[in-house]
Amino acid sequence: MSSGRWSAGVIPYAEMGYWKPDYEPKDSDVLAAFRITPQPGVPPEEAGAAVAGESSTATWTVVWTDRLTSYENYQAKCYRVEPVPGQENQFIAYIAYDLDLFEEGSIANLTSSIIGNVFGFKALKALRLEDMRIPTHYVKTFQGPAHGIVMEREYLGKFGRPLLGATVKPKLGLSARNYGRVVYEALRGGLDFTKDDENINSQPFMRWRDRFLYCMEGVNRAQAATGEVKGHYLNVTAATMEDMYERAEFAKDLGSVIVMIDLTIGYTAIQSMAKWARRNGMILHLHRAGHSTYTRQKNHGVNFRVIAKWMRLAGVDHIHAGTVVGKLEGDPNSVRGYYDTLRLDHVAADPVKGLYFDQDWASLPGCMPVASGGIHAGQMHQLLHYLGEDSILQFGGGTIGHPMGIAAGATANRVALEAMIKARNEGRDYLAEGSDILRAAAKNSRELDIALSTWGDITFTYESTDTPDVVETPVSV
Amino acid sequence: MRITQGTFSYLPELTDDEITKQIAYALDQGWPCSVEFTDDPHPRNAYWDMWGLPMFDLADPAGVLYEVKECRKAYPNHYVRLNAYDAHYGRQTTALQFIVQRPPVEPGFRLDREETSDRRIRYTLHSYATDRPEGERYGDAR
Repeated sequence: MSSGRWSAGVIPYAEMGYWKPDYEPKDSDVLAAFRITPQPGVPPEEAGAAVAGESSTATWTVVWTDRLTSYENYQAKCYRVEPVPGQENQFIAYIAYDLDLFEEGSIANLTSSIIGNVFGFKALKALRLEDMRIPTHYVKTFQGPAHGIVMEREYLGKFGRPLLGATVKPKLGLSARNYGRVVYEALRGGLDFTKDDENINSQPFMRWRDRFLYCMEGVNRAQAATGEVKGHYLNVTAATMEDMYERAEFAKDLGSVIVMIDLTIGYTAIQSMAKWARRNGMILHLHRAGHSTYTRQKNHGVNFRVIAKWMRLAGVDHIHAGTVVGKLEGDPNSVRGYYDTLRLDHVAADPVKGLYFDQDWASLPGCMPVASGGIHAGQMHQLLHYLGEDSILQFGGGTIGHPMGIAAGATANRVALEAMIKARNEGRDYLAEGSDILRAAAKNSRELDIALSTWGDITFTYESTDTPDVVETPVSV
Repeated sequence: MRITQGTFSYLPELTDDEITKQIAYALDQGWPCSVEFTDDPHPRNAYWDMWGLPMFDLADPAGVLYEVKECRKAYPNHYVRLNAYDAHYGRQTTALQFIVQRPPVEPGFRLDREETSDRRIRYTLHSYATDRPEGERYGDAR
């Protein structure tokens, strides 16, 4: 340590101990990979060190009070900086944080540190948190999903296939009584779940209590009609925790199996609801409302895979995580990375999927990823291929817009799904033969036949904004 | 009515050949199969009666199908379902479950409503089959 380290004034972060290229991260360190775009003239190592500093102990000038602490432990360390392949002036900075920097079991504290101040830092043009490695020491301080995939399946008695859902449409304006009709029709037709939309809370056209009552009438009628367990995600999102608890308690009282919250309620409220959900035996669905404001742009913000990690720790059972083929943003490889992050117990680093670190979940239950937005029965083979069996496929317009009615739309989706699972299990190349499999199934189902002729050709083919940057691996000859 | 529990309830009834293919898939995944039957298909009835133990060491799909047929023979008017179980670490739950026999007439369920205060209703699903004593529900002389 040079004596200059403690001279009053401004010295580069790299010289203050935040750049440590020889540092070997400990198993218990929290690791972060940041995409940095330095201002002209700022070397990438200095930019990485500045991120490490500003997300841990540093301020802009030397403070003598550092010397009252064992500051080496509290300083985050940027231990590697790599240029991003194919991107001018972008680098990935790897930063290690000692476990002592964080409060146990608190997403709010973790995020206040890691993304608290640093994103507005002037020495950087842009900054993006690409991925984090949460050490098992820290994972184990979180509750995790209130139930998880296995418990949810056992609770619902549904195995061997993705679950099916639909969001009630139109989003706004239906009276509670009409709204419950959509729930009943969709569930009796063959869906497992229906869903409130993110912005359905308690508006003048439909107050929450009335909605809950009519939805549960629909759910119970559908259970009697099919002999299956059914659910409607009752959105309890509200202005205060007290309001949310009141709505959730009422949903429980009515016998609902599931409640729903929006990402907009904030991390602490999500963790509170996750604890409530486990205590009360209710599945917890999370809509990722608002996430695209910070997840979509490649050079600035927080990648969704990090949000997915935080939400699994926070304890939701369901989270919207992309469709690949639907109307909303989602590169196939990135989406696979999100799904792995949510479902697997051990996730291996894989640059193709945008996964920068190995992540061990230490038996924290898995979250059920939800695919929603512009998907229809004609894509069933692609959905099964990209998203796998432990997922929830939500067909809103693709159920309610069916020319024969809502129940028929639901039936079309269920027939398509079961036919695809059956074909896959029989060993068929279902991705290549998907259209044939669906057409054959439609011979026994007029509902599916009509669905295919209505939506069969609809695709949303746009280039993704957010894709992993990988160097093409040379093929050895 | 038609109960729509299980992985395949919206397709035409699976033939024995089709059932054999599903069994083969399960065994390929390392999932042992088991057969269960019931005369009370309430969706919260988790414990259908077991037709013997899960067939942990049976590798031949024909052997599993044989047990399906024996169960059908013994209980021609019950529901019979086939389960495949995934015992892998982190999973340890049912992986596939589908109905392989239904009674000729499925009586279904009545929805009972208990009207309480503040417009709240307590719902109960009543299985019509349970109106008769166990064993006589579908005319079986069990």
